[in-house]
Amino acid sequence: MDFLRPATWEEALAVKAEHPTAVPIAGGTDVMVEINFDHRRPEYLVDLNRISELQDWHVGEKTVQLGASVPYSRIMEELRAELPGLALASHTVASPQIRNRGGVGGNLGTASPAGDAHPALLAADCEVEVESQARGSRLIPIDAFFTGVKRNALEADELIKSVHIKKAEGPQQFSKVGTRNAMVIAVCAFGIALHPETRTVRTGIGSAAPTPIRAKAAEEFLNAALEEGGFWDNGKIITPSIAKRFAELCSGAANPIDDVRGTASYRRHAVGVMARRTLGWTWESYRGKSRGTEGVA
Amino acid sequence: MRVHFTVNGRPQEADDVWEGESLLYVLRERMGLPGSKNACEQGECGSCTVRLDGVPVCACLVAAGQAEGRDVVTVEGLADFAKQRAEHGSCATGASGGSGVSGACGSGQGTSGTSGTSLQDAQHWRAEGTDSQTGEGTGLAPIQQAFIDAGAVQCGFCTPGLLVAADELLERNDSPSDADIREALSGNLCRCTGYETILDAVRLAAARQGEVV
Ligand SMILES: Cc1cc2nc3c(=O)[nH]c(=O)nc-3n(C[C@H](O)[C@H](O)[C@H](O)COP(=O)(O)OP(=O)(O)OC[C@H]3O[C@@H](n4cnc5c(N)ncnc54)[C@H](O)[C@@H]3O)c2cc1C
Ligand code: FES
Ligand code: FES
Repeated sequence: MDFLRPATWEEALAVKAEHPTAVPIAGGTDVMVEINFDHRRPEYLVDLNRISELQDWHVGEKTVQLGASVPYSRIMEELRAELPGLALASHTVASPQIRNRGGVGGNLGTASPAGDAHPALLAADCEVEVESQARGSRLIPIDAFFTGVKRNALEADELIKSVHIKKAEGPQQFSKVGTRNAMVIAVCAFGIALHPETRTVRTGIGSAAPTPIRAKAAEEFLNAALEEGGFWDNGKIITPSIAKRFAELCSGAANPIDDVRGTASYRRHAVGVMARRTLGWTWESYRGKSRGTEGVA
Repeated sequence: MRVHFTVNGRPQEADDVWEGESLLYVLRERMGLPGSKNACEQGECGSCTVRLDGVPVCACLVAAGQAEGRDVVTVEGLADFAKQRAEHGSCATGASGGSGVSGACGSGQGTSGTSGTSLQDAQHWRAEGTDSQTGEGTGLAPIQQAFIDAGAVQCGFCTPGLLVAADELLERNDSPSDADIREALSGNLCRCTGYETILDAVRLAAARQGEVV
């Protein structure tokens, strides 16, 4: 095994071009477990810790460009306003020690259906910026990023540079079912984001299908129902029948399996419950805000 | 490969390090510092918690090569680390913005080679004192003393990791709520105590810290 320590992004891309099988290591919270247990013996490890731009983020007008290695603890503490869904999801990852090291780049690299960043990223809407020495950089829409169980759209010579995430223009929520609050891999998870500017709602479901997914039929139903009822303008409480149907469609989008953490039918049920609750929370918060700013009841 | 990094304020190097080796292995097996415990090697238990550039991390999940040129504090250096912090006050003031990620604390502190804990001292570090039962008269960090006084140690396997994590909490938050304590220690498992005495110990250390200031 060789341990390569590129000092710059360009050097890292050159290493990946030369050794496409080289395994990048960022926080190491997935990679080191595999190495410690002898599940993986890569020929090359490429340490990304020295590349400072991966640890940085830029808040633009519409998006936050989040460096691949920004640890969860900083997202939680410093990007709560811009990326509330991802900040909530980050807070549910493992423990402080793990959150101090692990980040979104590694979560996307592993592309586990249980990765907690994914439902939040799907709901917020984002593009993953990847780059190779040969072909330069490209943006992969998050909807096209997850291609199979623990598989993603990265080419062998590419590295993840950053994620361009839409700044929240409305309330976002994240909910996760597990056996306790800390150090738990999700039995299943749900992210939701209201996008008042486009009058749409987006969702993300974790651990309930081979990849993280959006509940598209549920979104379409809800978007139409909210439009039809003038809800975005009148700020009325969403009727129980709409919330119920939305929850059913979210549940139906799930395609879970039975495993040690939970059964498929439990997961389907839990996704529905989380969908209804998080819709309630975000909508209440939206109504509160619109009442506050417009001054009408 | 050869790896260089600062351990408890003194520059150190390790030879013949395997490329896939963890920082924990290097500390324990190559530097003779078994204070950081190895229980799970998968980030679940926190018994290997050390500070890496000031930030609490699981040493079992840091590749040794990632520590190159960086600053590590282990439980063996905790007493000196806490003493220096108390004397210089740089970390306890919260200059790191509470994020605990800035690396402001601990980095560069002992690179002069005069402060910090030498490898030899660290290898043989024990609480010398007039009474080994109560810890009286020993050079313990306040959090270590509080663990003794509160009866927070049973088998002691989880203790080093908890001490490092709890000390870091008190560095950035001098009056933590119970929720803050639970959160800060949520990555550290203890199979013996049921945690109540550990919470007592952290409350006690926080209260004593408040009295001094
Ligand atoms: C005890 C424990 C508990 C955990 N709990 C959770 C949890 O609750 N929720 C959760 O989502 N995850 C959890 N994880 C998994 C892990 O912490 C996350 O997946 C984390 O986001 C990984 O980030 P990292 O930087 O540590 O990745 P690494 O381990 O460094 O890398 C992970 C993968 O991504 C690749 N990679 C990393 N950076 C890049 C890049 N820039 N470009 C291309 N590929 C890259 C690596 O090659 C590797 O394949 C847990 C892990 C442990 C050990
Ligand atoms: S040994 Fe590192 S967390 Fe358990
Ligand atoms: S005292 Fe035994 S594990 Fe904590």
